[in-house]
This record gives sequence, structure tokens and C-alpha cells, in this order.
Amino acid sequence: MGRDSIDNNIRTLRFLNGEMTQQELANNTGVTRQTIVAIENGKYFPSLELAFRISHVFGVPLGEVFIFNHQNDPVIRKQNKS
Amino acid sequence: MSIQEKQVILSLFNTVLVLVIYSLWLYNRYLSVTPEVINDFSFWGRAFVILVPVTIVVQIVMHILFHIVNAILSREHVPDKEDERDKLIELKSIRLSHWIFITGFFLAMGSQALSMQPWVMFILLISFGFIAGMASDIAKIFYYRRGV
Repeated sequence: MGRDSIDNNIRTLRFLNGEMTQQELANNTGVTRQTIVAIENGKYFPSLELAFRISHVFGVPLGEVFIFNHQNDPVIRKQNKS
Repeated sequence: MSIQEKQVILSLFNTVLVLVIYSLWLYNRYLSVTPEVINDFSFWGRAFVILVPVTIVVQIVMHILFHIVNAILSREHVPDKEDERDKLIELKSIRLSHWIFITGFFLAMGSQALSMQPWVMFILLISFGFIAGMASDIAKIFYYRRGV
């Protein structure tokens, strides 16, 4: 999976939820703060389970937390070319 | 630098420290006194049997010390569990070290197939075990920094 194909709004959602800290989000989702940092910075793509947990904490659908940019996805780009 | 990266660097440091000190001790205690033991299978067997528990004990002691010093100096919260990212990084680094060790094992057996001295096999096994351990730690640092 291309690193540019998935974006996230976690930073914005934390801000909208009373400036929730990374540690608070980590505690609520059962991971370490370093993992939340890595997800926010696009250095780690979480499992589907963790992604759902994050969206549950913010009370929004999964698609509002993670955005799939199909234009940047190498598999879809390859299919479109052929 | 995250707490995980610090722990991996400590582990890397311990690996090098134990191997260097243990190799020097083996050389001064046995090889420099009676060089003929280099082809003695029981000597190498004892060397392996002692090296493994010593490495484990040193790693445990150093990690306990690290947690105490870290708590005093930085007051940073040390995660008491591994999450999915830690486990993924662990798996990837173990896969790398596995292949390196298998390569060393193959070369070690190859040395015997080519009728080389037995010490060549044991040196290859120890060296590649050491390199595999180091590569595992370096891979972890790489994955923690660059991302998985």
C-alpha cells in the first residue's frame, strides 16, 4: 500500500474533542502514545480493529478519521493506466 | 527519541558488551593457555551453554536498571505492554534476524562439507548469531524511526 494513499484527521478530531491529548487517545484505544504519534504522522497504518476503536472514541464514522486517496494509490493508478 | 528506541539501543549495547567481554574472557582463560581446545567440541559446547544464560541475565539486569534510571531522570511513562505496532516491528525484525542466522548456519555446515576445521563452524555460528541479534535491533530502530 502506498504511503500517500491514506490520510487521517486525528489531529483535527483531537482538537475538536476538547484538545484531547495523544496520551488520552492512546489510553482510550489501548495502545501506546508513540503508536498514536506514528499514526498521526502517517508512519503507521493501524489495524482495522484499532481504526474502529479510534473512530469510536471520537464518535464519528471510520471514513471521517481515515481518508483513502485513490489518486495516490499505486494499485488503482496501475489499473487505470492499463 | 521514544522509550522503545532507547530500550532497543540498550539491548544493542548489551549484545555488543556481552559478546566482547565474553570473547575476551574465553580467549584469556582458555585459548591463550591451551590453544588446542579450539577444536574441542566440549569446549565450544560449554562456551555456548554459558553464553546464552549470561546474555539473558545481563539483558534483564540492564533493563531493570534502565527502568529505574529512566524513572528518576526523565519521569517519562514506560509502556507496560506491547501494542500492535510494537508486535509488528518485533515480527519484522525477527524475520530479518532469522534469515541472517539461517545463512550463518548454512555457511557453518558448508565449512564442514568442505572439510574445514571444526572451529570454523563454531566461529561462524557465534558470529552470525551475534550479527543476527544486532541486525534485529538495528531493524527495530529503523522501523520505529521510519515507520512500518
